[in-house]
Amino acid sequence: MFTQKLASRVLASGLVDVLTGPHGVDRYTELVTPTWSLGDARAKVVGVRRHTPRSVTLQLAPNRAFQGFKAGQHINLTVEIDGRRRTRCYSPASGEGASLIELTIGLHDGGLVSSYLHRHSRPGMVLGLDSVGGDFVLPPRRPRRILFVSGGSGITPVMSMLRTLKAEDFDGEIAFAHYARSADEACYRDELTTMAGVRVLHGFTRSGDAGDLSGHFDADHLAAAMPSPEAVYVCGPPSLADAVRNHCDDVSAETFVPPVFEVPAQGSGGQISFSDSRVDRTDDGRPLLQQAEAAGLTPQSGCRMGICHSCTRRKTRGAVKNLITGAVSTSDEEDVQICVSVPVGDVELAL
Amino acid sequence: MPKQHITLTDEQTEAFGRELDGLKERVTADLGERDATYIRRVIKAQRALEVGGRGLLMAGILPPAWLAGTAMLALSKILDNMEIGHNVMHGQYDWMGDPSISSRGFEWDTACPGDQWRYSHNYMHHTYTNIVGLDRDIGYGILRMSEDQRWRPYFLGNPVYAVLLMVLFQYGVALHELETERIKAGEITLADKRDILDGIWRKTKRQTLKDYVAFPLLAGPFAPFVAGGNLTANLVRNIWSFMIIFCGHFPEDTQQFSIEETADETRGEWYFRQILGSANLTGGKLFHILSGNLSFQIEHHLFPDIPAHRHAEISVEVKEICERYGVPYNTGPLHRQFGTVIRKIVKLALPPKRQLGQVVPFVKRRRDPAAVAA
Repeated sequence: MFTQKLASRVLASGLVDVLTGPHGVDRYTELVTPTWSLGDARAKVVGVRRHTPRSVTLQLAPNRAFQGFKAGQHINLTVEIDGRRRTRCYSPASGEGASLIELTIGLHDGGLVSSYLHRHSRPGMVLGLDSVGGDFVLPPRRPRRILFVSGGSGITPVMSMLRTLKAEDFDGEIAFAHYARSADEACYRDELTTMAGVRVLHGFTRSGDAGDLSGHFDADHLAAAMPSPEAVYVCGPPSLADAVRNHCDDVSAETFVPPVFEVPAQGSGGQISFSDSRVDRTDDGRPLLQQAEAAGLTPQSGCRMGICHSCTRRKTRGAVKNLITGAVSTSDEEDVQICVSVPVGDVELAL
Repeated sequence: MPKQHITLTDEQTEAFGRELDGLKERVTADLGERDATYIRRVIKAQRALEVGGRGLLMAGILPPAWLAGTAMLALSKILDNMEIGHNVMHGQYDWMGDPSISSRGFEWDTACPGDQWRYSHNYMHHTYTNIVGLDRDIGYGILRMSEDQRWRPYFLGNPVYAVLLMVLFQYGVALHELETERIKAGEITLADKRDILDGIWRKTKRQTLKDYVAFPLLAGPFAPFVAGGNLTANLVRNIWSFMIIFCGHFPEDTQQFSIEETADETRGEWYFRQILGSANLTGGKLFHILSGNLSFQIEHHLFPDIPAHRHAEISVEVKEICERYGVPYNTGPLHRQFGTVIRKIVKLALPPKRQLGQVVPFVKRRRDPAAVAA
């Protein structure tokens, strides 16, 4: 421990910074061990399990640059696929402060990252942990009667909360209603069965499997799980969150919509949001650079023909088409050349 | 020797441009793991050479260690500047989304600050290649490298300035963005360039501190051997990059252009100018890597953001396209190409001989053949 601390103290020193300039010490140490970096949070996959046919559960050992997360938050996970970094949000299922991060990743049909991780995850693989966020968290003063509701892969932040509460010997009342397509696809069934002090109810919405709950969330389900809870945490599709809100007060919800990879056939008409400048405008079909300038902004630019990359900006959300190559960039967090890129629908640009 | 006349109709030029666009599209669509693996291997080799070279120099009192250490460090700096830095800063690997090799953030092991280079090189030089008056890489504001630059007695020193620039190349490149010739001409003042100068100073200070203070001090009593090795490695890198870069646009038969003739250029014509204004070098695989694949200057200028290690395979197709359109493709070994560069540096030191009939004006293109005939 002491030697580790000393090592990072030395590596972070000004002298080492000069000696390893201009690249910085991480660009050398990461070549020895990919997770050995002071500035970039990364993790090594140390365990891969497939509990259900449509999910993969990864155990990650984060490096010291990782700052941790609160139960219920999500991590931007970066994985390199065919040379390209892809970033997706996943909520860990492990409890706060656990030494390993556990991610259970549900397979989305046509989803690039989830299919890749489902197929190619193996111990030793290194993943980036880009940033942690989300306000779907338990209050510091824990409520006494808590109802958790989740659907599909929405189970992971709930597992994190349950495990965190268990680790701190929570002695209040907990109920958990989880909806999966079928009994086969219900993650964490075994662990939940043996978890003491939690009333667990399963519902299977797309199969004839007999569960504790039938159909979708309604007043009967609420009554069966926990009548008039003090706090409710729901994570799942928007329809589930809406159903819970219709029957309960004080609901904290996190919803997710599976990513859409289709690009609309007709571009334009979308909203462009230059997020750093807080300027929005309606797309008129011209390249983003020209539209930014028309909006009174002065982004750096050069050749204006897709050659020099002076204008490259991070597209944080939405799809754009490169007019030179015809390539369409659909994933969030990609760098694009704004002088030759036109929006395809709504776009958010860090500009 | 009379220059070649090239006559392409507007339609031919556009078709030519479309073929090159198509080539770019195909290569861009094919980028992936292979390219990522390649650049990471080069980076790994460079960092290993650097660590090994600097390590050996610590024992620099032993001649074999000094020689090997200096050679490794020189190779490391050459790889860092040429195959990694120059190419990464062109955005050749931006599609990977890896911030440590992205065109916006990369910084290289030389005196010139990366952000200034991105402007003067990626934008000015690559957009306005070989246009006299716009492309400041023609002579770098110091040398006379084109007959279209008006001769002044100052240029009698052309060969001397060239040797100085070669030896001090990293500082020459660093001062490039200062536009000293415009300051001299009174167009701008030094105060206008305050930020640029600050940037150059900050970067140069760090580089100097590293190579000539910090590493030598680490070697204690052997400091002079380390400083000497670092100086030699920097010198070798300077000479090598000067030679490769001067072979890019200055060998015999490369063309220069005027602002007027390129005023309303189409994309096809832009491609055309890039080929006429650039020259390639022949050599083996290692030579191409150490030149940062600038030995494929023509391909690099056509597709500056395509990973340069692809140029060797692209060049086969580019050559074939050029042959079909009758566009000259200038290539040759380093000694020959650099020989013609030296000849040009010496020749242009002297005032031009104004003998009519000897200078055949170069016709870049004929917009309307009928009008020219009339």
